[in-house]
Amino acid sequence: MTVKDATAIVGIGRTPYFRRGQSLPLTKVEMACQAIIAACDDAGLSVKDIDGFAYYSGGFDSAWIAQVLGIPEVKFTASLTGGGGGASAAVGLASAGITSGDASVVVSLMTLQQTPDARLGAAFATKGKSAYSAPSTPQMDFVLPSGLFSPGQMMSQLARRHMHLYGTRREAFAEIAISQRDNAIKRSTARFQDPITLEDYFGARMISDPLCLFDYTQENDGAVAVITTSADRAKDLRKPPAYIMAATHGGAGRWGSAYQLMQMPDEYFASSGHREVAKRMYEAAGVTAADVDVALLYDHFSPMVLMQLEDYGFCGIGEGGDFIEAGNIRYGTGSIPVNTHGGNLSEAYVIGMTHVYEAVEQIRGEAVNQVENCQIALSTGGPASIPTSGLLLRR
Amino acid sequence: MKSALAASGMDEFADLNPDAYTMKFWEAAREHRLVIPECNKCGTFHMPPTGFCHECTSQDLKFTEVPGTGEIYTFTIARHAVIPMLQAVVPYVIAVIAIDGAPGVRMVGNMIDCDMEKLQIGDKVKVVFDDVNEEVTIPRFTLA
Ligand SMILES: [Zn+2]
Repeated sequence: MTVKDATAIVGIGRTPYFRRGQSLPLTKVEMACQAIIAACDDAGLSVKDIDGFAYYSGGFDSAWIAQVLGIPEVKFTASLTGGGGGASAAVGLASAGITSGDASVVVSLMTLQQTPDARLGAAFATKGKSAYSAPSTPQMDFVLPSGLFSPGQMMSQLARRHMHLYGTRREAFAEIAISQRDNAIKRSTARFQDPITLEDYFGARMISDPLCLFDYTQENDGAVAVITTSADRAKDLRKPPAYIMAATHGGAGRWGSAYQLMQMPDEYFASSGHREVAKRMYEAAGVTAADVDVALLYDHFSPMVLMQLEDYGFCGIGEGGDFIEAGNIRYGTGSIPVNTHGGNLSEAYVIGMTHVYEAVEQIRGEAVNQVENCQIALSTGGPASIPTSGLLLRR
Repeated sequence: MKSALAASGMDEFADLNPDAYTMKFWEAAREHRLVIPECNKCGTFHMPPTGFCHECTSQDLKFTEVPGTGEIYTFTIARHAVIPMLQAVVPYVIAVIAIDGAPGVRMVGNMIDCDMEKLQIGDKVKVVFDDVNEEVTIPRFTLA
């Protein structure tokens, strides 16, 4: 549990975003270190000030980074369990390492290099040349012989159930893809710069019906690092601090392995799995959805943005489709601007860290698609197996 | 009998890695029986098979044979081959089936021998035991 306002994100850094596999011959540790150095420069800190590492989704080899960058002493190195769902809570873990007194300057980091044998789209395939492919487990024996291999195939199950229960239309998914692309176009760092029309959307190739090409995150390479320190120390650094109001992670126990095994209770099968995390986050921060000025929602697949809007309380359960189709997520005109950076769908996919990066820029007032008078920003990680995560930053 | 889906290449993915709890499910499938773990103490069903009832944590469990019918809870049509080996298999349907006789339990399975473009959530289905090779039988589903 984070202590409200006791810590702040003070530095953000990243590599360029590359088409998948195109970051070679950079090595992963080189990308990681470049992002860390950029984040230190942004903060006005030296790399030698770093004394902690806080990760998610398997983390990174702190020992090797410390050796490569000559970090004087490592005092905290930890990772959340699970996958990309932990993205926003890696910052919470950093915060915990600082308020506990273990460390003072903590890096959170993700590096992604999707070479041809390391494509996340085949993450669960048991055959074919893929670094993610592994033999089945006793549990996944109930999934993999049916050819349920990709996160997109899994999420499409939830999307269709949501459409069935609430009359959600593909037009709503299209609006997510189109509005985020519009945001990306204004941002030179975004990988996709061509506008998408409704006609383009409905003409696009179906990948895992009802999800088409534009509902899917892109595949790319890149690294993003953020630096967290104490509120006291943050005051004297280069950029305005983005104070951590709350960072929570976890999920209902029977969300469990979620869409991998498809046994979630009926009442939240067609959800993002974020409801408990959202509730605890708002309680810890002492705010509600109405206080949030910009929402950076993990968007590996467009329907999961819709379900997060419901689970984070921007609209009622089952109302996400109408809410989105009414224009509520548009930058500049909507009631809650969503993924002003273009998100995973259109800017870049670094497993959730680009959302934290954009949240900090919004709080500082230096975002490309800056939300006017942005006081509070929400960033999320997941839907995924436990944990999912939510983070609230304030000015 | 081996299904056309299996023959088109899906059989490549039928290598099982059972443990003490899942083995009984697969042994029953080989005999063309669908069995689901049920708690002897409180009657709750669960899947996949584990050593515990998630409701009362009892380890006093049995495998209960169910009729093999159910309904489509949700589904996707995989139209893109996520790995090249699936090129001859797509398009195929991956459905989540609510299993009759085991409240709350679902199974992931392919819908076979049906018009995939006409499938709907709520369609009634029945199990088809697909003998993909000399050792493994995978339950799949077709319209009832
Ligand atoms: Zn029980």
